[in-house]
Amino acid sequence: MMDLATLPSLTPFLPELILAVGALVLLMIGAFGGERATPLVTTLAVLLIAVAGLVLLFKAEDGVTFGGAFVLDPFARFMKVLALIGSGFAIVMSVNYVKREKIARFEYPVLILLATLGMLMMISANDLIAVYLGLELQSLALYVVAASNRDSVKSTEAGMKYFVLGALSSGMLLYGMSLIYGFTGHTQFQGIATTLSNGPIAIGVVFGLVFVIAGVAFKVSAVPFHMWTPDVYEGAPTPVTAFFAAAPKAAAMALFVRVLFGSLGPAAADWQQVVTFIAVASMILGAFAAIGQRNIKRLMAYSSIGHMGFALVGLAAGNEAGVQGVVLYMAIYIAMTLGAFAVILFMRRKGQMVEEISDLAGLSRSHPVVAFIFAMVLFSLAGIPPLAGFFAKWYVFLAAIEAKLYVLAVIGVLSSVVGAFYYLRIIKIMYFDEPAGAFEPMTGELRFVLGLSGIFVILYVVFAGPIGQAASVAAKTFF
Amino acid sequence: MTDWPILSTVTFLPTVGALLILLVRGDDAASRRNVYWIALWTTIVTFLVSLLIWIDFDNANAGFQFVERTEWLGGRIGYSMGVDGISMLFVILTTFLMPICVVASKYSVKKRFAEYMIAFLILETLMIGVFCATDLLLFYVFFEGGLIPMFLIIGIWGGARRVYAAFKFFLYTLLGSVLMLLAIMAMYIQAGTTDIPTLLQFQFPASMQTWLWIAFFASFAVKMPMWPVHTWLPDAHVEAPTAGSVILAGVLLKMGGYGFLRFSLPMFPIASADFAPFIYTLSVIAIIYTSLVALMQQDMKKLIAYSSVAHMGYVTMGIFAMNPQGVEGAIFQMLSHGIVSGALFLCVGVIYDRMHTREIAAYGGLVNRMPFYAFAFLVFTMANVGLPGTSGFVGEFLTLIGIFRVNTWVAAFATTGVILSASYALWLYRKVIFGVLDKAALKSIFDLSRREVAILVPLIVLTIFFGVYPIPVFNVTGQAVDNLITNYQAALSAAGKLALAAQ
Repeated sequence: MMDLATLPSLTPFLPELILAVGALVLLMIGAFGGERATPLVTTLAVLLIAVAGLVLLFKAEDGVTFGGAFVLDPFARFMKVLALIGSGFAIVMSVNYVKREKIARFEYPVLILLATLGMLMMISANDLIAVYLGLELQSLALYVVAASNRDSVKSTEAGMKYFVLGALSSGMLLYGMSLIYGFTGHTQFQGIATTLSNGPIAIGVVFGLVFVIAGVAFKVSAVPFHMWTPDVYEGAPTPVTAFFAAAPKAAAMALFVRVLFGSLGPAAADWQQVVTFIAVASMILGAFAAIGQRNIKRLMAYSSIGHMGFALVGLAAGNEAGVQGVVLYMAIYIAMTLGAFAVILFMRRKGQMVEEISDLAGLSRSHPVVAFIFAMVLFSLAGIPPLAGFFAKWYVFLAAIEAKLYVLAVIGVLSSVVGAFYYLRIIKIMYFDEPAGAFEPMTGELRFVLGLSGIFVILYVVFAGPIGQAASVAAKTFF
Repeated sequence: MTDWPILSTVTFLPTVGALLILLVRGDDAASRRNVYWIALWTTIVTFLVSLLIWIDFDNANAGFQFVERTEWLGGRIGYSMGVDGISMLFVILTTFLMPICVVASKYSVKKRFAEYMIAFLILETLMIGVFCATDLLLFYVFFEGGLIPMFLIIGIWGGARRVYAAFKFFLYTLLGSVLMLLAIMAMYIQAGTTDIPTLLQFQFPASMQTWLWIAFFASFAVKMPMWPVHTWLPDAHVEAPTAGSVILAGVLLKMGGYGFLRFSLPMFPIASADFAPFIYTLSVIAIIYTSLVALMQQDMKKLIAYSSVAHMGYVTMGIFAMNPQGVEGAIFQMLSHGIVSGALFLCVGVIYDRMHTREIAAYGGLVNRMPFYAFAFLVFTMANVGLPGTSGFVGEFLTLIGIFRVNTWVAAFATTGVILSASYALWLYRKVIFGVLDKAALKSIFDLSRREVAILVPLIVLTIFFGVYPIPVFNVTGQAVDNLITNYQAALSAAGKLALAAQ
């Protein structure tokens, strides 16, 4: 038992501590400075995330703390870096948007900081209670930012929908956790794993596991818990959508991996089939449902559903290569998504945001560089070599083949061909169609994000070795 | 020169050229000229450097030469390059056709000239990479990567139905290839490496070979293309710009045949022997059926596209005959077809540039106004028919001998293809070149310009040279093919299936 008189070791917890204290300080600055303080708060929030990232990489030490509820290991470190990158860029990309839409409020960066804090806790959670703490901290902040454009019906509707369905999924998660606790007598992951490996797996644990998977599947927007995604993506302000598409997905996927491998590992045979089903359903739905979309944000929603399906293929494989695949998939996916949303945020004509795919017509004439990078990002999303997205698919399907899940792999690659169709359609509109008129010039921060994303996607083939190595180290955590 | 990574140099030189073109700004005549010269010089230098490969090539060596190897993805997946007798000539073919494509595009490409050239140069890098890669994953990256520039070339600079053709081309090829990707993964897990020389020695279990063979077949059959998955080809050819058709017919179609020779036969010998009758059937159907379809075409490019499918039927048949005549004939046929069909598409391009139609009915009597053109077209038509003395004859004849030694019935049916090819090719020639020049629009058509002569003459020379004196090619391929067949027979006899290996 933890000795209440002494403080637990804080070195693994340093980045979270910085974010928590920083977020509160920024909230104070905002509260006392009023709306004028918004640019300052935004800048400081980005800096804070950068500092937390540097501390995470160079200062925080691996270890378990808070009586075993919190763990920092190579896997957590890798996924936390992804979450921080996703959050940081989401704030950066929002700067000009909120100014133009006149929804600039200092609460926005602070809420993202709090959500990020929740994500980091989720990634490091080593105990069911800690999982729930992190998850709710993240979700509550996300519900609010989804509705942050409070004068827009669509935005408030998105927030409301997200909240109701999110609460439902949290309920399922909690119910599953209580079953697991009831049948194993532990909330800590190691304890659960030990109990499960020491005897036959009780039917109650299987029920609990299914509920937990359902709850987490909601957070990664995997089929059949995906219904909220297109509406929330479409309704939320675009920078918020960009944020939703990147960092929370990485955090939820990390949580998925840790719960399944860290605590329910001995029950792999039971959860593998559930995850396989979710993966197959997500890949197929993501591929087919996106074909008919006209709104690019909805299209990205279905695309993200499909991509979560691909990432889950690695999880379903249930081996070390699979975890490496998931980790890499999320890293590459975040880079591609941020690039794509930089372009979506740039779609502004006569002071109005436009969101139809057909608005991109002839982009290759009016903005050749943007069109080229976006085309590369889209080819990468489709998984065409030599771009980054191909290597993401390579690792997850390699794991599936290694686990002898041949049917899953075949369904996966075939749905990736179907998926290629709608990415190609966007490229076709940009390159083959007649121009529909130019957009307003791209602002600096979007150029920055799009440029980084393009460099990553195109040059990944050169750096594939070292990045794969880092992911492999992260995956070894569980084996 | 042994330390100098010549294969990587040849592979990535065009990319360097493409980056140089990026530096050219503006869209006026001067910058267009700069782009043209950069692209032309890049492709010429690449061709000259690639000739060094042929000069330094050791004909007596059956293994990979000019080998390079660097760490890449970690584990046992590396960046490794090398050429042997089978792949080396395809590299030369690619680098040889590229300057011709650049020159042929000088005036016919009206819009977005710089982007066009960049796409072509990137495509060249990817095509050379396919033939040089000696790592399976690296091969796949190059193989699939080529879809991106080709998709853009067809889609941006193509004809009226370019969007349909580009999508069909992309999705068809991708669908075949992803199954091969899974097979590559399975091979990696089974053998622990993607290094091709190692995999060539590795014995895959017989039950696994069948599935791997099918997966590779799915990809190469589409790329080849074999009947019945050939339908993307006529569309792609018709809509692609002239130079795109040349590259498509000249190089991209050869990747399927190359893949069969490099992977299917040596790595899955048992499955190849089992599936050989299946391949013969498809080949014969392709030869007869697509020849008949070619007879019915009204569009010149479509006719040549269908004749390509028929000619590829000889290639697959020859490869799976699995004797020296068949395999060497198939390789020769691929090289010859690369030159001849490329040249035929250039010939179509010549009159298309003048009249802006590819309808056969729109022409007639061209010999009166265009004697030089009529001569060039005649040479390539005859080569397409397989007239002795042209390069087309050698490949067809050898593949037919090869298949005759295995199965006389297949040979008999395939030979009817020779007659059919004469019918459609001569019919096309008669309709376009001979007859009375009574169409008003044709009255003022002028003969080949100096630029067009410059691109057709090398092709004519090669067509006749290799038709009369094909031995330089066989010198290169001989050792590698013997080695391939020896290993194949050894693998079969090891599997107790010698009876199937026809001798």
